[in-house]
Amino acid sequence: MERRRSRLTLLGVAPALYVLLFFAWPVAAIVARGLSGGGLSDVLRDATLRRVAWFTVWQAGLSTLCAVALGLPLAFVLACYRFRGRALVESLLIVPFVLPTVVVGAAFLALLHGEQSVRGVLLAHVFFNVPVVVRTVTPLWRKLDPRFADAARTLGAGRVQVWRNVTLPLLRQSVLAAAGIVFLFTFTSFGVVLLLGGPRRRTLEVEIYQRTAQQLDLRSAAALALVQLVVLGGLLLWSSRSQARAAVRQRLADHSQPARPVVLVPVLLTALALFGLPMVALVRRAGRWSSAVGTIGRAALVMSLRTALIAALVATVLGAMAGVVIARHGRVSRWLDAGLMLPLGTSAVTVGFGLLITFNRAPVDLRGSAVIVPIAHALIGLPFVVRSVVPVLRSIDPRQRDAAAMLGATPAQTWWSIDAPLLRRALLTGLAFAFAISLGEFGATSFLIRRGSPTLPTLIGELLGKPGVANNQQAYALAVILAVVTAIVMVLVDALNQRAL
Amino acid sequence: MLEVDRVRVRFGERVVLDDVSLSVNDSEIVGVLGPSGCGKSTLLRVIAGLQPIENGMVRWDSGDLANVPAHARRFGFVFQDQQLFPHMDVAANVGFGLKMAHASKPAIAKRVAELLELVGLPGYEGRSIATLSGGESQRVALARALAPEPRLLLLDEPFSALDRALHDRLAGEVRGLLKQLGMTAIHVTHDPDEAAVVCDRVIRLADYSST
Repeated sequence: MERRRSRLTLLGVAPALYVLLFFAWPVAAIVARGLSGGGLSDVLRDATLRRVAWFTVWQAGLSTLCAVALGLPLAFVLACYRFRGRALVESLLIVPFVLPTVVVGAAFLALLHGEQSVRGVLLAHVFFNVPVVVRTVTPLWRKLDPRFADAARTLGAGRVQVWRNVTLPLLRQSVLAAAGIVFLFTFTSFGVVLLLGGPRRRTLEVEIYQRTAQQLDLRSAAALALVQLVVLGGLLLWSSRSQARAAVRQRLADHSQPARPVVLVPVLLTALALFGLPMVALVRRAGRWSSAVGTIGRAALVMSLRTALIAALVATVLGAMAGVVIARHGRVSRWLDAGLMLPLGTSAVTVGFGLLITFNRAPVDLRGSAVIVPIAHALIGLPFVVRSVVPVLRSIDPRQRDAAAMLGATPAQTWWSIDAPLLRRALLTGLAFAFAISLGEFGATSFLIRRGSPTLPTLIGELLGKPGVANNQQAYALAVILAVVTAIVMVLVDALNQRAL
Repeated sequence: MLEVDRVRVRFGERVVLDDVSLSVNDSEIVGVLGPSGCGKSTLLRVIAGLQPIENGMVRWDSGDLANVPAHARRFGFVFQDQQLFPHMDVAANVGFGLKMAHASKPAIAKRVAELLELVGLPGYEGRSIATLSGGESQRVALARALAPEPRLLLLDEPFSALDRALHDRLAGEVRGLLKQLGMTAIHVTHDPDEAAVVCDRVIRLADYSST
């Protein structure tokens, strides 16, 4: 038994090496570069940095406030009211999660008639993050014992007092946890700010990108990336701690009451406007398909699909190996799990920039090679595969394995007959997720892509940055195509999961 | 004086209370007895104003309570499993009703201390809810309901989660306390012995309900 366990742990070696090579080393390279040559002290004294840092924090704070303010009423309605179509609303809320950044960026540009402004940035951030707030707070709110509110009412608390003294304090930790995640997301926002913010509004991420790609100033870019890493490390620590504390006394029953239309209708209409209007604008302002897409569009689509396929396959194989190890608990599994999550928790720019400055000279010069983009995408897709595999493996009753062993099955046969069938569906789900993530990936790709052979998202980003109605129309049309392809993949995932139930 | 007049409550298709009437005189403790699921708790929730009714009327001193929301009725409620607020300490729980009535901080502190003394838990102000035993929780819940000086106290199986010995002791204590305060009260239970200890008069709910 012990031998088998340790041999299985060896499966974790490949994914661990992958993360060390393509994430840890690049991060170390950022740190080394940032600390050397006086880049850091130059950057810290730079007035631009202060402006950029202030804008990064300010827009993230405001975006978080807006997302929470709009998310809480929706969470309330979904948690406390019973109405037709509630399940539909809940599943639709997953969509913004997986929509590629450039699609949402293009959609809000279409809605705002090409205007680049803080307003656009905030709206797009709210679009992405209201679902985060709703999905974090709703399950807790739904399980919140309504008799706490009853008790408060019999003690003389009116509606507002109940909300302020009982409901909100009980939900506080989960609201804070949601706000922490949203702040993290918007703090590292790259695509949205690049596309919607315009040339003068730059976050740290965008500044790093522009110093790298336009000014070719790797020294100060590395210093900025280091600053970013330190801040992110702090934020991640804080958010994981606040999430750990987000536990409230709960009851399992569903206490929803019949909906009050006065409350329900405005809340749902607001959500519909927020999520629907930009998409409608995108489709309406897109050019005619055939002429708009053209040969470059087709080439980019093929490039994206090929990249996504390679990345998803790599992520799935490595994710399966890692999943088997992680599912077994223990110290090794915890470290591996945390290590694999890190690329997701830091930022796309860190991943892209790190890879760029690490593999840019002999012996491994991957600049301009076709493999570097799939390598980055697989890194980002890996956690999704692990997250879909591990719960399935952990749910297998160990006595089933014992029973198989008692019937004469060797460990290999046991694994093949008990674990493998369940794993297949989880792996397909993970594969599809990794595929969708890769299809829409914009941040890391922007650093790594070869000029002249863009993926669909980078082509859309490029076209949106160029002047001219024709360019914009083509970008909108390509964004619609990207959205549709992503949606098809996600619907397939959903169908798979439905069958699994 | 409380009057419940031909009250009817329905959950979807199921009639939970059908034509239930009941009256409680001032300073009287009335027990409502019946098997679980007969609608006893629902009756208390109706009186408290937490449960809307389909038909009938609830009156206090001849005044209809239909348009008086739960928080304005000044009825206290002791729940079956206490429902103490987990994010507040004992003092904040007991003082909650006074805070809602905008009492001053010193007044709240004084009243909280009085009530904790009364229920036999002097000095418990700073304790966290999580550290209380079952019996202590129930005493705190009683103190919390009594603090805003309710006109009527509703007790929903307050001892059912306690072990036998504690159950019997608390039942006797509660009766003494309610009588000492001259409290009007309705005590719901499935246990005839408990009802006999606590109450002046006992009503069987099954007699009123058609289900």
